[in-house]
Amino acid sequence: MTNFLYAVEVMINGLMAGVLYALVALGFVLIFKASGIFNYAQGVLALFAALTLVGLQEGQIPFAHLINATLGTELHHFGWHMPALLAILLTVGVMILLAIAIERFILKHLVNQEPIILFMATIGLAYFLEGLGDIMWGADIKTLDVGLPQGGSMWIEEKTAVLGGDGFYGFFIDRLDIVAALVAAVLVISLTVFSQYSKQGRALRAVADDHQAALSVGISLRFIWVLVWSIAGFVALVAGIMWGAKSGVQFSLSLIALKALPVLMLGGFTSIPGAIVGGLIIGVGEKLFEFTIGPMIGGATENWFAYVLALVFLVFRPQGLFGEKIIERV
Amino acid sequence: MNMVSYEPFVTEDGRTIGDAVMELRNITLRFGGVVAIKDISFDIREGEIRAIIGPNGAGKSSMLNVISGFYTPSEGEVWFEGRKRPQMRPYQVARQGIARTFQNIALFSGMSTLDNIMTGRITRMKSSLAAQALWWGKAEREESEHREAVEKIIDFLEIQHIRKTPVGRLPYGLQKRVELGRALAAEPRLLLLDEPMAGMNVEEKEDMSRFILDVNDEFGTTIVLIEHDMGVVMDLSDRVVVMDYGKKIGDGPPDEVRRNQDVIDAYLGVSHD
Repeated sequence: MTNFLYAVEVMINGLMAGVLYALVALGFVLIFKASGIFNYAQGVLALFAALTLVGLQEGQIPFAHLINATLGTELHHFGWHMPALLAILLTVGVMILLAIAIERFILKHLVNQEPIILFMATIGLAYFLEGLGDIMWGADIKTLDVGLPQGGSMWIEEKTAVLGGDGFYGFFIDRLDIVAALVAAVLVISLTVFSQYSKQGRALRAVADDHQAALSVGISLRFIWVLVWSIAGFVALVAGIMWGAKSGVQFSLSLIALKALPVLMLGGFTSIPGAIVGGLIIGVGEKLFEFTIGPMIGGATENWFAYVLALVFLVFRPQGLFGEKIIERV
Repeated sequence: MNMVSYEPFVTEDGRTIGDAVMELRNITLRFGGVVAIKDISFDIREGEIRAIIGPNGAGKSSMLNVISGFYTPSEGEVWFEGRKRPQMRPYQVARQGIARTFQNIALFSGMSTLDNIMTGRITRMKSSLAAQALWWGKAEREESEHREAVEKIIDFLEIQHIRKTPVGRLPYGLQKRVELGRALAAEPRLLLLDEPMAGMNVEEKEDMSRFILDVNDEFGTTIVLIEHDMGVVMDLSDRVVVMDYGKKIGDGPPDEVRRNQDVIDAYLGVSHD
């Protein structure tokens, strides 16, 4: 009985972790759907967004090290502490400016190029942003505090303690994870409403489907790209906040993008629900696997389980759970 | 505003068509060393059906792409509604009121018929992203107005039964019809049709011909069309431009063009009396 309850607890925690994977995967799907670009920089985008948020909030002077080194000054802080909400809004602004710059300096010059060329460009972008983040805000590990609740939920722990009798203390579920799940749900619903019912959403789907036809009905591809990258930047910010609050803002944040890969293989590169379900499956799968099989083979299975699962999926269902079936006419 | 005025032109079936909506002046289009269009001039007048014909590779589609802004001419000027058009991107041309269909259907295959035609209204939708988010009621009212216009087009084209079907699953003839619907939804000043009847059977061709004539008749839409089927062209069009190897070799009412010796030599190659 207690063992079963532990398994349930592990599953719930897996679901919560899965939500965070799904958040990152969502950013990939948005850009891939609209422009056919696999955006390698999505993880770095999340890192950059989180760095900017912390920097703004703490009143850091951007490029302080660079300025001090060249001019011999001693600048570090503006000396303010910005409210979290204001800092988030400003960061959204920065992400939109970044989207405009990406369109202006990269995408515009690569129209009609092969997908692999665009992919390479996003790799370049990833390293550039990583460096830019370092120079702007410094490379030290920062704590991100936007006032999200932390620690286990006492309420859930108490309510579930009665389930397992004496030896059981109740489920431990991080309140941050619960917030993340709620935020992800709101994000997905609003993105779906936006893409189904708004003019820009319809234009976005049109561009995803056929560039030429989209042009012929008066849709500006450049505007749509800026829009898509802005939304992806916003999703990256949300993911950056959640991950950053959990484990600090540091370079390794950009590596969560690698965890999004198996999620995408599972869910399909073109499906928003796929990204969510894929994330949940990976989250639950790796936690349960670690819980049940892990002890037998020495643990640390969470590092590789997701990729193996994705490989298995590639063999049996290459388009993913929800992806569009790839049919090639001969 | 120096709208060029012409002698009223009376078509073969007795209708009078008006001033030039568009004038193409000395258009030349080069791709590297290849000359696709060589110094071609003609006009398109209010309310007419203007056909562009010619053998394969004559430059007809290139011409249509110049008009719709997909290609920028190497030389020459495009005049639209009495004004010289600056270099424009295709979506800007579309926003000026020039709608088009494609030779190889370009629909949004994942979307339903209704949604496809709805995208045609994009140039006519006003409320911005912010307004849509903040003032839902107004955006909703606008949406339903556009829905009404789209439903009319669906009725007109007799495609009520496939309103909700993803267009990727429709047979070819119906896809062509949906594409026409999407172009019509923009209520264009100028409608460009690139081989609207290519690959259709006789019955589908008759349907499409009827729709094109009705559009011209009921909405007074000016239409430019490229077509291979000579019978169709002669029946539908008021005036015909004939192209061959990127040059214009004939221009006039169908009957006149039919008698033009250059045209007969280059294109028809038959019926020497």
